[in-house]
Amino acid sequence: MSDVPLSAPDSHGPEDIEAVAVRHPGRWVASAIVLLLAVAIVNSMATNPRFGWGQVGHFLFDHRITSGVVVTIELTVAAQALGIVLGVLLAVMRLSPNPLVAGGSWLYVWFFRGTPVLVQILFWYNIGALYPSIHLGIPFGPQFVAINANSLVTPFLTVALGLGLNEGAYMSEIVRAGIISVDEGQTEAALSLGMTRLQTMRRIVLPQAMRVIIPPTGNETISMLKTTSLAFVVAGADLLSAAENIAGANFEPIQLLIVASIWYLVLTSVLYVGQYYLERYYARGSSRELPPTPLQRIRRGVFSVRHDPVALGPLGPLGGVERHEGGSIR
Amino acid sequence: MTASAPMVKAEGVHKRFGRLEVLRGISLEVARGEVMCIIGPSGSGKSTFLRAINHLEKINRGRLWVDGELVGYREHGGKLHELPDREVAKRRAEIGMVFQRFNLFPHKTALENVIEAPRLVRGGARAAATEEATTLLRRVGLSDKLASYPSQLSGGQQQRVAIARALAMKPKLMLFDEPTSALDPELVGDVLDVMRDLAREGMTMIVVTHEIGFAREVADALVFMDEGVIVESGDPREVLANPRHERTKLFLSKVL
Repeated sequence: MSDVPLSAPDSHGPEDIEAVAVRHPGRWVASAIVLLLAVAIVNSMATNPRFGWGQVGHFLFDHRITSGVVVTIELTVAAQALGIVLGVLLAVMRLSPNPLVAGGSWLYVWFFRGTPVLVQILFWYNIGALYPSIHLGIPFGPQFVAINANSLVTPFLTVALGLGLNEGAYMSEIVRAGIISVDEGQTEAALSLGMTRLQTMRRIVLPQAMRVIIPPTGNETISMLKTTSLAFVVAGADLLSAAENIAGANFEPIQLLIVASIWYLVLTSVLYVGQYYLERYYARGSSRELPPTPLQRIRRGVFSVRHDPVALGPLGPLGGVERHEGGSIR
Repeated sequence: MTASAPMVKAEGVHKRFGRLEVLRGISLEVARGEVMCIIGPSGSGKSTFLRAINHLEKINRGRLWVDGELVGYREHGGKLHELPDREVAKRRAEIGMVFQRFNLFPHKTALENVIEAPRLVRGGARAAATEEATTLLRRVGLSDKLASYPSQLSGGQQQRVAIARALAMKPKLMLFDEPTSALDPELVGDVLDVMRDLAREGMTMIVVTHEIGFAREVADALVFMDEGVIVESGDPREVLANPRHERTKLFLSKVL
């Protein structure tokens, strides 16, 4: 047996395959049509003077618009943060073995998913009619503070509260799906190590649930950013309200809607990037090696060009020492 | 608790899932430092019994003690009172468990997997926990895999991390639920070696397994379970060589 040579990987076999690719005439036709349509649209937008691109450029960085952008961002952050916190709370409640706690969560979701968010915002806006003053204290017990409702519910608070409470209902379903997606064995392993239920949820289950929770949450946040434009109905100070205010004075509604749209596009694009990196963070351990980010790819590309001379080694025309000196002379 | 009490004692343990009776009166004792192997066909209730020992399953009838303390309950005035979550967790912390599917935390590296519970449950400094974990991972032959995520490890390596993770809590009892059943045959040996070392160091162990060879060599006691009852038990060499019961003979003829 020992005389039989071990089979070694052969490196002298036939060379790599270089086959002629299949032709796809259909794809070429489709590409031509897409390109033609794109050119037609751009041409129409550029040559139709009624678009008023000059006015668009003029208002794009108008201070009323930019402060509207800031309010829109603030509203999005406030409402989405409230939604996420509520969502986690409601999801954990929903999974509670206590039927009253789980039922309470179910009822909340049923109510807030079942009514239009616009109705909810208008409702909060008019809350003063229902409760002229708001008291803080223990139910049926002593009261500590009384506040006039009309002075409390500013347009900002109305919209943030309305959108946030509504978002909580949707986020709870997303979080619940994430929690359920984590293997039961993870909980068992954590419990067997002596962790309490709360520690298990916080340290083991939720971080893993994040992989499932983040993509739809990104979706929700992008949707939230645009839904803040409903602040328009309660005279908010957000991006769309600001644009409409200007349009109401200068009668150029199209130009200002374009301005608002450009800003909404910029903001959602920023959210795309944020979501991408958040997803990568929570993908730790899930795949053997994550593909490089676009930034890493660019950096690697630049460095690989710059470092090429090193491959020549110390005997190359650019020795390591010389190279460093060259750098310092410059 | 008391030095004389057995590490594990079961008395007439019953467990039902709905109408299905999985355990139908299990009584046994495991002494301090003893290694007990439980064998039997699938569905015989071996895993359920093992999980009952650290209260992952609540038993319906009978009594179960670990180190002289009732599992999951407190007896007061002739009645059983359920223990609060925190108390149950405290008792579980002293019992290590190793699962068939490893159940490593996939979002944590091997080192983080081992550190997590000691840090969270016992508190204490990170540096000390890291040192302890590094020692444990070296002991199971994985000192070069500290920074690897579970998905980067083979099944055998994952199971050895899982054993190190359980040992990090300094348990007085180790439960193994078919630790090698999900492994490629060539990886089984490494895991069994670690378990053999552990037994030699005097750890009290209950091992649900299909590794008859391991049971014969390492176990002090062998239990054969079928349909929720203990059919036969005793010295492993004796039981394996001369099974007295027909069902034991039938089972052994299939696995040996």
